[in-house]
Amino acid sequence: MIGPIPPLYAGTVTKYVFIESYKTTPADIAARAYEVSGGVMIKETCFGLQVTGKEEEVDRVISHVREVDPAHIYVKDRGFPPGDPRRCRANLGGARPGYFGHEYEMGFIRRISIGLEKIDSPAEVTASESERKDKEGLSVKRLMELIAQEA
Amino acid sequence: MAEVFIYPATSLILSDLVARFGHKPLGTALSVRERIQTAGLDSPPLQMTPDDAKKGLRWAAVEVPSGVRGRMSLFGPLIDRAEAAIIVRNPEFAFGCMGCARTDELVEFLIRQKGVPTLELDYPSDEEEGIIFVRKVKEFLTGPGGLS
Repeated sequence: MIGPIPPLYAGTVTKYVFIESYKTTPADIAARAYEVSGGVMIKETCFGLQVTGKEEEVDRVISHVREVDPAHIYVKDRGFPPGDPRRCRANLGGARPGYFGHEYEMGFIRRISIGLEKIDSPAEVTASESERKDKEGLSVKRLMELIAQEA
Repeated sequence: MAEVFIYPATSLILSDLVARFGHKPLGTALSVRERIQTAGLDSPPLQMTPDDAKKGLRWAAVEVPSGVRGRMSLFGPLIDRAEAAIIVRNPEFAFGCMGCARTDELVEFLIRQKGVPTLELDYPSDEEEGIIFVRKVKEFLTGPGGLS
């Protein structure tokens, strides 16, 4: 058991930056983040970045990073800072637990990317049409996908 | 800028979309961060303390299991702050033990009881639904009848 841990990086926020893109890698956005990093701490990971620092500085770095590939970069808050002994596998040993939610959502996040890419294009499917779609049930396209999966 | 409670409270997609459209997402990370940065937290590697089950009494009755009350000490303050909410119906990854299930039910109940503007959605199962999902969220957050 680890002893009492004083608050680490008090007064800061940590945000995850996830990248799901065929043309941008975590290394690309890390380089981009370092261009304007200032006083923030940036940790490069296999899925993107963790950015820790004062909230306004973190937001500035993230808005700069987002410009690279706006529809394929996703950001969310993180409670623990990077390297926190309660969560970091360097202290706990073995694989790090967690990330189940991220793993699940990353499985279909490309559908959201498509939604973001098409959000400013003329509406092919409007939100009100979606109500009709709900009543229609399974779409032909989805049915074809399911058949292809089973084949 | 409104504070929007998201459910599942750890959702990357909802958190990103809410922030992207100019509002503040209220997710579990905010509550966890508050605990991490408060001196006196002394039960690593857990972020919950025995006091949390007592704090949870504000949102759940005393006969409710302590697991639910402990979880409510994370979600409750966020629900109190929420000016709106986005809920994904039956998210698969939120499936868990009975404590998780009952907390999820209680969270949804409290949001509905609070009467804040709420958007309910399903995760998209194809690209077309992805477009609809994003448009609905945008409409809710920025549209004429939305929050802005």
